[in-house]
Amino acid sequence: MSAITTDAPQSTLSRIIAAGTHQRVLAFASLIVLLIGFSVASPNFMQTSNMLAILQATSVNGVLAIAVTLVIITGGIDLSVGTMMTFCAVITGVVLTYAGLPLMFGVIAAVLTGALCGACSGTFVAKMAIPPFIATLGMMLILKGLSLVISGTRPIYFNDTPGFSEISRGSLIGEIIPSVPIPNGVLILFIVAAVTAYILNRTVLGRYCFALGSNEESVRLSGVNTDRWKIAIYALAGSIVGIAGLLIASRLNSAQPALGLGYELEAIAAVVIGGTSLSGGRGSILGSLIGALIMAVLTNGLRVLSVAQEWQTVVTGAIIILAVYADMMRRNKTT
Amino acid sequence: MLSRRTLVGALSASIALASAPAANAQEKIYIPLISKGFQHQFWQAVKSGADQAAEEFGVRITFEGPDNETMVDRQIDMLAAALANKPAAIGFAALDSQAAIPLLRQASEAGIPIIAFDSGVDSDIPMSTATTDNVAAAALAADKMAEFLGGTGTVAVVAHDQTSRTGIDRRDGFLNQIASEYPNIEVVSVQYGAGDQLQSTEVAKAILTANPGLGGMFGTNEGSAIGIVNAVREMGSVGVTIIGYDSGKAQTDAIREGLMAGAITQNPVGIGYETVKAAIAAMNGETLPAIIDTGFYYYDQSNIDNAEIQAVLYD
Repeated sequence: MSAITTDAPQSTLSRIIAAGTHQRVLAFASLIVLLIGFSVASPNFMQTSNMLAILQATSVNGVLAIAVTLVIITGGIDLSVGTMMTFCAVITGVVLTYAGLPLMFGVIAAVLTGALCGACSGTFVAKMAIPPFIATLGMMLILKGLSLVISGTRPIYFNDTPGFSEISRGSLIGEIIPSVPIPNGVLILFIVAAVTAYILNRTVLGRYCFALGSNEESVRLSGVNTDRWKIAIYALAGSIVGIAGLLIASRLNSAQPALGLGYELEAIAAVVIGGTSLSGGRGSILGSLIGALIMAVLTNGLRVLSVAQEWQTVVTGAIIILAVYADMMRRNKTT
Repeated sequence: MLSRRTLVGALSASIALASAPAANAQEKIYIPLISKGFQHQFWQAVKSGADQAAEEFGVRITFEGPDNETMVDRQIDMLAAALANKPAAIGFAALDSQAAIPLLRQASEAGIPIIAFDSGVDSDIPMSTATTDNVAAAALAADKMAEFLGGTGTVAVVAHDQTSRTGIDRRDGFLNQIASEYPNIEVVSVQYGAGDQLQSTEVAKAILTANPGLGGMFGTNEGSAIGIVNAVREMGSVGVTIIGYDSGKAQTDAIREGLMAGAITQNPVGIGYETVKAAIAAMNGETLPAIIDTGFYYYDQSNIDNAEIQAVLYD
């Protein structure tokens, strides 16, 4: 294991970062174009309150996209993130509202629950060799069902936990600089993005994440316990999903047990728009963050322009296909 | 290379620009309606009522709702986007009152009147709520049931749930009317089928098995009513008077066949219409009643094809 960590992936790593940078510039450019386009189209789009609404809308999907990015880079997929997020929120509700424990325990419970669920998915994939699509599809349904069972199909409210809604709705930045009341949920999104990007690009875990996605067999043949690393990556992704669970629960001041289905696809869409390859081995956290922002800007912008809802859906679908196509064309030219 | 990628953005921006003139050309009063749903027939009927009022009063409306009734956060994002357009008033049907209150408060502080519709909002922020008087509608169902039974016999209720406002109001509206007006009718069972057709079928079959000679059954929404119809059909029970709620093809078919005696229908078109009308009144500073009853009808074989009834039924 130590042989690999010394020098071998160093050159591949730098190539990956270089490729990623290029991709991010492109994604970032389309984000800017969208922002300018909508601003020109509607005077109501570029307002502080609307920008904050977009950021707030990005926070949950952004955190989910970051979690899925990790799994996708290993060459896997995680369909369970939406319902896992709900499950973590419900467990937080049990800890805070039913058991009446202090806020900190709720936060820890959410992250641990996520990590545990992630570790389960990882074990199914690594040890039992179930394809990630199937393993996480199973987890998606298991967690959806468990959320309904535990909550008795009713929302769990957090009215008895002072400060809980501040996790997402409050604004620490706004207390320092009152003119930009960026909600804490957005702050948390950026912190999660920064920490995950660091783990992915600067630690052994991150290096194995890319290596597993590029060529799992050769990593295994060089004596690495790939199963263990894979489980660790799924667990890390799970704990990030736990944070998303906290964010959505705090934003709604309640754990909504039926929510969650469909959110995994939006997270995957954000990842793909951000230039992460679904075949694994390549991707970036910043890209996924920008992908999530593009989705939120697009949705909000079309709404502000009062585009009929049917057409909003059509446009969003078309953008996803165009984004991936443009990315593929670019890659074909470079290789 | 860069241009390929920006193409994506440019395309969406041009879509944005293309649709912009439509949004800005007419300086009409703008009233967004944020609904609980969008693609169900019921909500499309609400939308058509709102469109009708918009045309009549010369205002511009938009009608949006999340893909399903679990997406509480998506509904809040819709509300946030609607606020960005500085609307004159807002129509809102809350999926979860609590989650929406911070934004609703923000709107009301900005002087934007809010009209709740369908199920309302548990708060004093909305100036009025346009909704069906479910208690009165269910009481009418009880009256019709008593008429069929000749004022004596046994009845059972299959309700959709015991927690939602509509579930509670329809159940209690029916039960209270029976208790106060028809002392010789006995309610033998009230059970819940989650509004799910299959689950309601099982519940209704259990009731029929446990109560031979049952005189009548009331289903509190579309799924519950269809469940009762299925149960009677599967068990071949005779002599059970069925009264349903809302419409939908299975229910209207059962009424045409004579298997179901009749049903209560809400007036979704009226809900949409009254919401927009109330929003305009609120905007002009008129005082509004706390509840605007949008009406309901009882329909059966005799009047199902009347224009008035057909206008509020959906398949």
